[in-house]
Amino acid sequence: MSDLTDRPILNVRDLNKRFGRGCVHCRKPEDLPGLSNRCPYCGSVWACIHVSFDLYEGEILGIVGESGSGKSTLVRSLYFDAPVTSGTGEIASFKEGKANIFTESAQQKRYIKNYLMGMVYQNPWLGLKMDFSSGGNIAEKLIAAGNFNVHQIRQRASKLLDHVEIPLTRMDEKPVHFSGGMQQRVQISKALANNPSILLLDEVTTGLDLSVQARVLDLIRRIQRESHTAMIVVSHDLGVIRMLSDRTIVMKQGRFVESGLTDQILEDPHHPYTQLLVQSLL
Amino acid sequence: MDFQLLQTYNYAFLDEGSKREIRRAALKAVAIPGYQVPFASRELPIGRGWGTGGLQLTLSLIGDGDCLKVIDQGHDDSVNAVSIKKLVQTCTRITTTTDSEQATIIQTRHRIPEVPLRKDQILVLQVPEPEPLRRVEPREKETKRLHAEMDYSSIWLRLYEDIVRWGKITIGPDYPAMANHRYIFNPSPIPRFDLPKLNRAAGLYLFGAGREKKIYAIPPYTDVTPLAFEDYPFETEHFEGCACRLCGSRDTFLDEIYDERTGEKVYQCSDTGNCRKRQEGRHSDE
Repeated sequence: MSDLTDRPILNVRDLNKRFGRGCVHCRKPEDLPGLSNRCPYCGSVWACIHVSFDLYEGEILGIVGESGSGKSTLVRSLYFDAPVTSGTGEIASFKEGKANIFTESAQQKRYIKNYLMGMVYQNPWLGLKMDFSSGGNIAEKLIAAGNFNVHQIRQRASKLLDHVEIPLTRMDEKPVHFSGGMQQRVQISKALANNPSILLLDEVTTGLDLSVQARVLDLIRRIQRESHTAMIVVSHDLGVIRMLSDRTIVMKQGRFVESGLTDQILEDPHHPYTQLLVQSLL
Repeated sequence: MDFQLLQTYNYAFLDEGSKREIRRAALKAVAIPGYQVPFASRELPIGRGWGTGGLQLTLSLIGDGDCLKVIDQGHDDSVNAVSIKKLVQTCTRITTTTDSEQATIIQTRHRIPEVPLRKDQILVLQVPEPEPLRRVEPREKETKRLHAEMDYSSIWLRLYEDIVRWGKITIGPDYPAMANHRYIFNPSPIPRFDLPKLNRAAGLYLFGAGREKKIYAIPPYTDVTPLAFEDYPFETEHFEGCACRLCGSRDTFLDEIYDERTGEKVYQCSDTGNCRKRQEGRHSDE
């Protein structure tokens, strides 16, 4: 278990995200009945409803739920890939934790993405530029952070790739020629390029075979142990969550239905949906 | 023939409304160095891609007192340069020249004259592809966002990949540069040799892309910085040990050509007007 400090490094309050334009019949998120998050008239979907949580330094927070529960939308909203409908988010190291990151300018959001957050997508094509070399992909992040020295960029990129066990002889190869596990590891090294304080991992092991999954999970644990980076791990795989997370939040239809320490959630689930989820383990 | 053309067309071919609109776009471009201003590119009696952007700028700026020089890859007498010169001359009856110092407006493609521009001169460059980010980002909407947010890491990445692959930056013409520490712009396909001439130049540089419907500018005394890494600085083309076979120049941009009779590789000034002037000067000295 990681050491937790008092002050959260990420504080999210009442985050709402709606897909669709909405209509006069659409209810407010707080008025939505417990069963559905979809407007029967216009088809708009509330993917996240009043989502609030804290993330502490060095902590791994797991978010689990079935497909369509809104967990990927949540991390994509945090990484500004999907604009939020309403809500506040504060990062302790950004403007002394007093600014709502969701309403910041595009430049400030880019600063947050380059310096304070890293993202690893389920689909490596979203996170990597396949036309450029693996080293180039990491270089892009370093250049965006203001490093214009090729020698230093290559030194840092080779260190990062070595850290994720990519042979340095393949540094100048395009990731499109890599296996799925290697692509994920290049993504992780790219996300870590500027030592972010928060790392978002969206279904990083989905689609990988078991041995590759184990290597990627070991790598994530090692990074967390060595760098104390706070992580949000999204997965529908309870095994991944059990292996990585300190705390776990269970999502269903855009809402948090249960949260607590991972052992407690998995061993003694209170909410019927969590019980169903745990019982469904093969 | 000339009489008929003058009767049929307005002064300087374009109607006054069109010229005013192009001048407005040019003014906005001058106000925001390096920013690509969209404009309604007109049809002209030359094909798109043959200098329509530059020609529209020239036609909208030209007046009775002007003297025009048109060059194509440094040559005053190439077919395209002569045709453009004839068209402008027929529609305006202004004087033309091959001497860069005499001209008030110089329309050019692929070269900047060797003689530095004075503050009363305008250089109009024909641009085939105004967007410097096009090679790294095909979507127009996305390139606009990247410019607005000054998110230029992808074009830097292109330079990085060049260094990794070839050991140096291999971009020759179209070398991206930063205007006034804000916008990355495409200086049109001029050689790298010409790029430093844009930095804090006394004259006005206007860039017209007719096919892509964009105008941009480098106003006088604007900082123009070619992109380069700290440990891989910007370099111009070198011509060590080479001299122009006609004027003997060693400090101008030289074309590499092969002698028709002997098949031998020889060098000759790319700027023919300047070369001719140097030859005349040499003869008069003798």
